Amino acid sequence: MPEPSEPRSDPDVDLRVPADRRELTVRPATVLAAIAAGGVLGALARAGLQHAAPHPPTGFGWATFAINTSGCLLIGVLMAVLGHLGGGHPLARPFLGVGVLGGFTTFSAYAVDIQQALVAGAPGTALAYLAATVLGALVAVALGDAVTASLLRRRAAR
Amino acid sequence: MTVLLIALGAAVGAPLRYLTDRAVQTRHDSAFPWGTFTVNVVGSLLLGVLVGWPAGPALTALLGTGFCGALTTYSTFSYETLRLAQGGQRLLALANVVGSVAVGLAAAAAGYALARVLLG
Repeated sequence: MPEPSEPRSDPDVDLRVPADRRELTVRPATVLAAIAAGGVLGALARAGLQHAAPHPPTGFGWATFAINTSGCLLIGVLMAVLGHLGGGHPLARPFLGVGVLGGFTTFSAYAVDIQQALVAGAPGTALAYLAATVLGALVAVALGDAVTASLLRRRAAR
Repeated sequence: MTVLLIALGAAVGAPLRYLTDRAVQTRHDSAFPWGTFTVNVVGSLLLGVLVGWPAGPALTALLGTGFCGALTTYSTFSYETLRLAQGGQRLLALANVVGSVAVGLAAAAAGYALARVLLG
Protein backbone atom coordinates (compact mmCIF):
# COMPACT_ATOMS: atom_id res chain seq x y z
CA MET A 1 0.00 0.00 0.00
CA PRO A 2 1.37 3.47 -0.83
CA GLU A 3 2.37 5.77 2.00
CA PRO A 4 -0.25 8.35 3.02
CA SER A 5 0.83 11.56 1.32
CA GLU A 6 0.89 15.07 2.71
CA PRO A 7 -2.66 16.42 2.37
CA ARG A 8 -3.01 18.87 -0.49
CA SER A 9 -4.18 22.41 0.18
CA ASP A 10 -6.47 22.81 -2.85
CA PRO A 11 -8.75 19.95 -3.95
CA ASP A 12 -9.18 21.55 -7.39
CA VAL A 13 -5.52 21.89 -8.26
CA ASP A 14 -2.53 22.11 -5.93
CA LEU A 15 0.52 23.18 -7.92
CA ARG A 16 2.89 22.07 -5.14
CA VAL A 17 1.82 18.50 -5.95
CA PRO A 18 3.90 17.22 -8.91
CA ALA A 19 1.03 15.04 -10.24
CA ASP A 20 -1.24 18.09 -10.36
CA ARG A 21 1.35 20.17 -12.21
CA ARG A 22 1.75 17.42 -14.78
CA GLU A 23 -1.86 16.32 -15.25
CA LEU A 24 -2.78 18.92 -17.86
CA THR A 25 0.30 18.24 -20.04
CA VAL A 26 0.02 14.45 -19.83
CA ARG A 27 -3.64 14.10 -20.82
CA PRO A 28 -5.47 17.42 -20.88
CA ALA A 29 -8.58 16.22 -22.74
CA THR A 30 -9.22 13.30 -20.37
CA VAL A 31 -8.77 15.40 -17.24
CA LEU A 32 -10.97 18.26 -18.50
CA ALA A 33 -13.61 15.80 -19.71
CA ALA A 34 -13.66 14.08 -16.31
CA ILE A 35 -14.08 17.47 -14.60
CA ALA A 36 -16.85 18.49 -17.00
CA ALA A 37 -18.71 15.17 -16.61
CA GLY A 38 -18.48 15.34 -12.82
CA GLY A 39 -19.51 18.99 -12.88
CA VAL A 40 -22.63 18.15 -14.89
CA LEU A 41 -23.65 15.41 -12.43
CA GLY A 42 -23.05 17.65 -9.42
CA ALA A 43 -24.89 20.62 -10.94
CA LEU A 44 -27.91 18.51 -11.91
CA ALA A 45 -28.11 17.05 -8.39
CA ARG A 46 -27.95 20.61 -6.99
CA ALA A 47 -30.62 21.87 -9.41
CA GLY A 48 -32.87 18.92 -8.53
CA LEU A 49 -32.65 19.63 -4.80
CA GLN A 50 -33.17 23.38 -5.28
CA HIS A 51 -36.17 22.64 -7.49
CA ALA A 52 -37.63 20.24 -4.90
CA ALA A 53 -37.26 22.72 -2.03
CA PRO A 54 -37.62 26.28 -3.37
CA HIS A 55 -37.57 29.27 -1.01
CA PRO A 56 -38.97 32.82 -1.27
CA PRO A 57 -36.40 35.70 -1.26
CA THR A 58 -37.25 36.41 2.39
CA GLY A 59 -36.88 32.74 3.38
CA PHE A 60 -33.91 30.62 4.46
CA GLY A 61 -32.38 28.74 1.51
CA TRP A 62 -32.50 25.29 3.08
CA ALA A 63 -31.77 23.40 -0.14
CA THR A 64 -28.57 25.35 -0.91
CA PHE A 65 -27.60 25.22 2.78
CA ALA A 66 -27.93 21.40 2.75
CA ILE A 67 -26.10 21.17 -0.59
CA ASN A 68 -23.15 23.26 0.58
CA THR A 69 -22.75 21.67 4.01
CA SER A 70 -23.09 18.08 2.72
CA GLY A 71 -20.70 18.84 -0.16
CA CYS A 72 -18.16 20.15 2.37
CA LEU A 73 -18.54 17.02 4.51
CA LEU A 74 -17.95 14.87 1.42
CA ILE A 75 -14.86 16.81 0.21
CA GLY A 76 -13.36 16.23 3.68
CA VAL A 77 -14.07 12.50 3.38
CA LEU A 78 -12.82 12.32 -0.22
CA MET A 79 -9.56 14.16 0.36
CA ALA A 80 -8.79 12.03 3.45
CA VAL A 81 -9.41 8.83 1.45
CA LEU A 82 -7.34 10.02 -1.52
CA GLY A 83 -4.56 11.18 0.81
CA HIS A 84 -4.57 7.75 2.46
CA LEU A 85 -4.30 6.08 -0.95
CA GLY A 86 -1.39 8.33 -1.93
CA GLY A 87 -3.56 10.17 -4.44
CA GLY A 88 -5.70 7.27 -5.68
CA HIS A 89 -6.70 6.92 -9.33
CA PRO A 90 -5.41 9.90 -11.37
CA LEU A 91 -8.96 10.80 -12.43
CA ALA A 92 -10.58 10.34 -8.99
CA ARG A 93 -9.82 13.87 -7.75
CA PRO A 94 -10.64 15.62 -11.06
CA PHE A 95 -13.94 13.72 -11.43
CA LEU A 96 -15.19 13.52 -7.83
CA GLY A 97 -13.55 16.52 -6.16
CA VAL A 98 -13.22 19.18 -8.88
CA GLY A 99 -16.21 17.95 -10.90
CA VAL A 100 -18.97 16.36 -8.80
CA LEU A 101 -18.45 18.19 -5.49
CA GLY A 102 -17.28 21.44 -7.08
CA GLY A 103 -20.31 21.39 -9.39
CA PHE A 104 -22.66 20.36 -6.58
CA THR A 105 -21.67 23.09 -4.13
CA THR A 106 -22.04 26.74 -5.08
CA PHE A 107 -20.75 30.03 -3.80
CA SER A 108 -22.63 32.23 -6.27
CA ALA A 109 -26.11 31.08 -5.19
CA TYR A 110 -25.02 31.51 -1.55
CA ALA A 111 -23.89 35.12 -2.12
CA VAL A 112 -26.91 36.05 -4.24
CA ASP A 113 -29.38 34.43 -1.80
CA ILE A 114 -27.97 36.61 0.99
CA GLN A 115 -28.12 39.69 -1.24
CA GLN A 116 -31.69 38.90 -2.29
CA ALA A 117 -32.82 38.43 1.33
CA LEU A 118 -31.32 41.87 2.10
CA VAL A 119 -33.11 43.43 -0.91
CA ALA A 120 -36.38 41.77 0.18
CA GLY A 121 -36.02 43.37 3.63
CA ALA A 122 -35.13 40.26 5.63
CA PRO A 123 -31.73 41.11 7.16
CA GLY A 124 -32.24 38.60 9.99
CA THR A 125 -32.69 35.72 7.55
CA ALA A 126 -29.74 36.98 5.47
CA LEU A 127 -27.44 37.04 8.50
CA ALA A 128 -28.64 33.67 9.83
CA TYR A 129 -28.15 32.04 6.42
CA LEU A 130 -24.74 33.70 5.96
CA ALA A 131 -23.45 32.52 9.35
CA ALA A 132 -25.11 29.08 9.40
CA THR A 133 -23.65 28.16 5.99
CA VAL A 134 -20.11 29.28 6.80
CA LEU A 135 -20.07 27.61 10.22
CA GLY A 136 -21.88 24.50 8.98
CA ALA A 137 -19.49 24.15 6.05
CA LEU A 138 -16.36 24.51 8.17
CA VAL A 139 -17.59 22.08 10.84
CA ALA A 140 -18.63 19.61 8.11
CA VAL A 141 -15.31 19.67 6.24
CA ALA A 142 -13.34 19.34 9.50
CA LEU A 143 -15.56 16.44 10.65
CA GLY A 144 -15.40 14.66 7.29
CA ASP A 145 -11.60 14.94 7.27
CA ALA A 146 -11.01 14.02 10.92
CA VAL A 147 -13.44 11.10 11.18
CA THR A 148 -12.31 9.57 7.88
CA ALA A 149 -8.61 9.96 8.65
CA SER A 150 -9.12 8.41 12.10
CA LEU A 151 -11.10 5.45 10.71
CA LEU A 152 -8.46 4.82 8.05
CA ARG A 153 -5.63 5.01 10.60
CA ARG A 154 -7.43 2.56 12.88
CA ARG A 155 -8.01 0.16 10.01
CA ALA A 156 -4.38 0.40 8.87
CA ALA A 157 -3.14 -0.27 12.43
CA ARG A 158 -5.07 -3.53 12.65
CA MET B 1 -34.64 21.34 -22.03
CA THR B 2 -33.81 23.01 -18.71
CA VAL B 3 -31.77 19.97 -17.71
CA LEU B 4 -29.74 20.18 -20.92
CA LEU B 5 -29.07 23.89 -20.43
CA ILE B 6 -27.90 23.34 -16.84
CA ALA B 7 -25.69 20.46 -18.00
CA LEU B 8 -24.19 22.58 -20.78
CA GLY B 9 -23.45 25.47 -18.42
CA ALA B 10 -21.87 23.16 -15.85
CA ALA B 11 -19.80 21.34 -18.49
CA VAL B 12 -18.13 24.70 -19.21
CA GLY B 13 -18.16 26.15 -15.68
CA ALA B 14 -16.43 23.29 -13.83
CA PRO B 15 -13.40 22.97 -16.17
CA LEU B 16 -13.15 26.77 -16.30
CA ARG B 17 -12.86 26.83 -12.48
CA TYR B 18 -10.01 24.33 -12.70
CA LEU B 19 -8.23 26.28 -15.47
CA THR B 20 -8.71 29.62 -13.71
CA ASP B 21 -7.43 28.16 -10.44
CA ARG B 22 -4.33 26.86 -12.25
CA ALA B 23 -3.73 30.17 -14.02
CA VAL B 24 -4.13 32.26 -10.86
CA GLN B 25 -2.09 29.93 -8.62
CA THR B 26 0.91 30.02 -10.99
CA ARG B 27 1.00 33.80 -10.67
CA HIS B 28 1.59 34.19 -6.92
CA ASP B 29 3.57 32.55 -4.09
CA SER B 30 1.33 33.27 -1.12
CA ALA B 31 -0.58 30.56 0.74
CA PHE B 32 -3.82 32.47 0.22
CA PRO B 33 -6.13 30.56 -2.19
CA TRP B 34 -6.51 33.39 -4.72
CA GLY B 35 -7.63 30.98 -7.45
CA THR B 36 -10.79 29.84 -5.66
CA PHE B 37 -11.37 33.38 -4.38
CA THR B 38 -11.32 34.63 -7.99
CA VAL B 39 -13.86 32.14 -9.38
CA ASN B 40 -16.18 32.64 -6.42
CA VAL B 41 -16.17 36.43 -6.74
CA VAL B 42 -16.55 36.44 -10.54
CA GLY B 43 -19.37 33.86 -10.37
CA SER B 44 -21.19 35.85 -7.67
CA LEU B 45 -20.91 39.03 -9.76
CA LEU B 46 -22.29 37.31 -12.85
CA LEU B 47 -25.17 35.67 -10.96
CA GLY B 48 -26.00 39.06 -9.43
CA VAL B 49 -26.26 40.50 -12.96
CA LEU B 50 -28.52 37.62 -14.09
CA VAL B 51 -30.86 38.04 -11.10
CA GLY B 52 -30.97 41.85 -11.40
CA TRP B 53 -31.60 41.85 -15.13
CA PRO B 54 -33.67 39.57 -14.71
CA ALA B 55 -32.70 36.87 -17.22
CA GLY B 56 -35.37 34.49 -18.50
CA PRO B 57 -35.66 30.84 -17.35
CA ALA B 58 -33.51 29.43 -20.17
CA LEU B 59 -30.62 31.85 -19.65
CA THR B 60 -30.92 31.43 -15.87
CA ALA B 61 -30.62 27.64 -16.25
CA LEU B 62 -27.64 27.88 -18.64
CA LEU B 63 -25.64 30.72 -17.07
CA GLY B 64 -26.98 30.86 -13.50
CA THR B 65 -27.65 27.31 -12.27
CA GLY B 66 -25.28 25.64 -14.73
CA PHE B 67 -22.33 27.93 -15.40
CA CYS B 68 -22.13 30.13 -12.25
CA GLY B 69 -23.10 27.19 -10.00
CA ALA B 70 -20.32 24.98 -11.35
CA LEU B 71 -17.75 27.78 -11.73
CA THR B 72 -18.08 28.66 -8.03
CA THR B 73 -17.52 26.20 -5.21
CA TYR B 74 -18.12 25.95 -1.50
CA SER B 75 -16.38 22.59 -1.04
CA THR B 76 -12.98 23.80 -2.30
CA PHE B 77 -13.37 27.05 -0.34
CA SER B 78 -14.05 25.21 2.94
CA TYR B 79 -11.32 22.61 2.39
CA GLU B 80 -8.71 25.29 1.67
CA THR B 81 -9.78 27.12 4.81
CA LEU B 82 -9.43 23.90 6.83
CA ARG B 83 -5.94 23.26 5.43
CA LEU B 84 -4.82 26.81 6.24
CA ALA B 85 -6.05 26.38 9.83
CA GLN B 86 -4.45 22.92 10.14
CA GLY B 87 -1.17 24.35 8.86
CA GLY B 88 -1.17 26.93 11.63
CA GLN B 89 -2.10 29.82 9.32
CA ARG B 90 -5.20 30.75 11.28
CA LEU B 91 -5.10 34.40 10.28
CA LEU B 92 -5.06 33.49 6.58
CA ALA B 93 -7.89 31.00 7.18
CA LEU B 94 -9.95 33.73 8.85
CA ALA B 95 -9.05 36.21 6.09
CA ASN B 96 -10.17 33.67 3.48
CA VAL B 97 -13.57 33.21 5.16
CA VAL B 98 -14.24 36.89 5.88
CA GLY B 99 -12.75 38.07 2.57
CA SER B 100 -14.58 35.52 0.40
CA VAL B 101 -17.95 36.15 2.04
CA ALA B 102 -17.60 39.96 2.12
CA VAL B 103 -16.21 40.36 -1.40
CA GLY B 104 -18.53 37.67 -2.82
CA LEU B 105 -21.55 39.42 -1.31
CA ALA B 106 -20.32 42.82 -2.52
CA ALA B 107 -19.82 41.36 -6.02
CA ALA B 108 -23.36 39.91 -6.03
CA ALA B 109 -24.77 43.29 -4.93
CA ALA B 110 -22.65 45.16 -7.51
CA GLY B 111 -23.76 42.85 -10.32
CA TYR B 112 -27.38 43.19 -9.27
CA ALA B 113 -27.17 47.00 -9.03
CA LEU B 114 -25.31 47.25 -12.34
CA ALA B 115 -27.98 45.22 -14.15
CA ARG B 116 -30.70 47.35 -12.58
CA VAL B 117 -29.04 50.63 -13.60
CA LEU B 118 -28.19 49.54 -17.14
CA LEU B 119 -31.55 47.94 -17.89
CA GLY B 120 -33.62 49.94 -15.41
